[in-house]
Amino acid sequence: MEKSALQALAQKDFMSRDELESIQLARLKNIVSHAYKNQALFRSRMQEKGLDDTCIKEMKDIQKLPFFKKVDLRDTYPFGLLSVPMEDIIRLQASSGTTGSPIVIAYTREDVACWQEATMRALMIAGIGSGDIIQNAYGYGLFTGGMGLHYGAEGLGATVLPISSGNTERQIKLMSDFGVTCISCTPSYFLHIIEKAKQLGYDFKKMKLRNGIFGAEPWTNEMRQRIEEESGIKAWDIYGLTEISGPGVAMDCPARTGLHMFEDLFYPEIIDPETGEALPDGTEGELVITTLHKFGMPMIRYRTRDISVIVKGECECGRTIRRIKRIDHRNDDMLIIRGVNVFPSQIEAALLTIPGVQPHYHIIVRRHGDLDTLEVQVELSAELFGDTIRSIEVIQKKIGNAIKSIIGLAVTVTPVEPGSLERSMGKAKRVTDLRNK
Amino acid sequence: METVKQLSLFLENKPGHVYSICKTLGEAGINIYTLTLADTAQFGILRLIVEDAEASKALLEKEGFIVNIAEVLAVRIDNQPGRLAQVAEILNKEGINVEYVYAFANRHIFLYRVDDTEKAYQKLISNGFCVLSSHELFNTNK
Repeated sequence: MEKSALQALAQKDFMSRDELESIQLARLKNIVSHAYKNQALFRSRMQEKGLDDTCIKEMKDIQKLPFFKKVDLRDTYPFGLLSVPMEDIIRLQASSGTTGSPIVIAYTREDVACWQEATMRALMIAGIGSGDIIQNAYGYGLFTGGMGLHYGAEGLGATVLPISSGNTERQIKLMSDFGVTCISCTPSYFLHIIEKAKQLGYDFKKMKLRNGIFGAEPWTNEMRQRIEEESGIKAWDIYGLTEISGPGVAMDCPARTGLHMFEDLFYPEIIDPETGEALPDGTEGELVITTLHKFGMPMIRYRTRDISVIVKGECECGRTIRRIKRIDHRNDDMLIIRGVNVFPSQIEAALLTIPGVQPHYHIIVRRHGDLDTLEVQVELSAELFGDTIRSIEVIQKKIGNAIKSIIGLAVTVTPVEPGSLERSMGKAKRVTDLRNK
Repeated sequence: METVKQLSLFLENKPGHVYSICKTLGEAGINIYTLTLADTAQFGILRLIVEDAEASKALLEKEGFIVNIAEVLAVRIDNQPGRLAQVAEILNKEGINVEYVYAFANRHIFLYRVDDTEKAYQKLISNGFCVLSSHELFNTNK
């Protein structure tokens, strides 16, 4: 793409609110009409509410529309929500389906282009472009991470190394040998890369790596800080989900006050997860996204189960597209322990406030009689392990207190050997729930 | 001051751990002079005396273990009633805390890890005890 065309693309993030809102309204009308005509489930839900495709007069009318949930994708598996003829579909992607049957998303040529535009814009915010060598360590295949970042980086004229995830030693060798400037993967996998590189004697400060585009799993600010301290790179948070398109739905900016949502393509709302009522900007709730420009399988008012806030006010970076608060926990991840809501991210944040504690942890939930218990396994480092049992007991207590001060529950802290907890190449699995088993 | 370098390894309570450590050192031709294992319900600490502590540490770290080196005092104590009490008394009088102590089984040499190594060393020497250097410890063993 020409430089001027790329500049024009980047400028979309800065258009006036009036212009943006008129694009949003026109696109919403169009997508509602398209889905009403072509997506049977949407049509029947609209009819149940006594609505038809002429109901959108202003943006606020979106609040009348029915919601879609992940279960709808499962119930209509594989192609029930397809809204164009199969001949117009050029790509299928699917989620891993760890919690049931997989979900499938079908893309038209225009949908793939729209997704590419979003990832290009996301990468441009991080200053990525021609001249960068991007090691794309997201998994390639049905998972949207690999292909999504690939198309975005290639669209910008960057050099893509489509290495996919896994084979960490080779990742590090090529990163060093090729002078890679940017890596994209899950934050937990990058942590593993940092650890392995140290073992192999590589010095990140001597490499050309400057930026990391991290997403596909919730992570905390404390984790970001740890990554940046240990590797010397800038860690950018990219947000996306398969149901909406893939990575590139929203992206960090240098101000780090939230992730800008490309809202001319993906329209955000925050709702009360209990009542479904739309909440004003600045209020925490469940993020709901409408794909304004996606035709193969439009998602109208899709409930993401991610908890966020639409950040009020203007961003100091000057972008006019709104921001969502970084998503460091998902509703799905919530554990209810003795009636208390606990998110793994809270435990992560507590752990990382203690110097020397490694960002490798695993949470085990058990039920003894009527009592739920939490065990947190933490990898010990030489720094933390003195030479006596007492030194370990001190650190156990320190970690336990830090966690208790955040979640309000006592936990058992189990020190484990370094490298003994499973390293993830993709999305990290932080919790084993042994209740009801 | 003469001290001996001791390796401390953090171990989860898993079968086969001590074996793999001993095997790693054995295959590298490193002799273990003595060892002691302290354990709790959740984990254990293995302490080892080897001739080349630094090289052994590097070797075991490569195997993924957490290894720290601590300075301990190797004190020769005659096999007579009251001699151990005498050492304990000296340390107690000086307010020196013994973190742990263990022995070379057949040599009347005890390894003391204390919170004030320098002071303990001086007091033991001035009370006529023989505190061995690494050189003495390893060479009298052969």
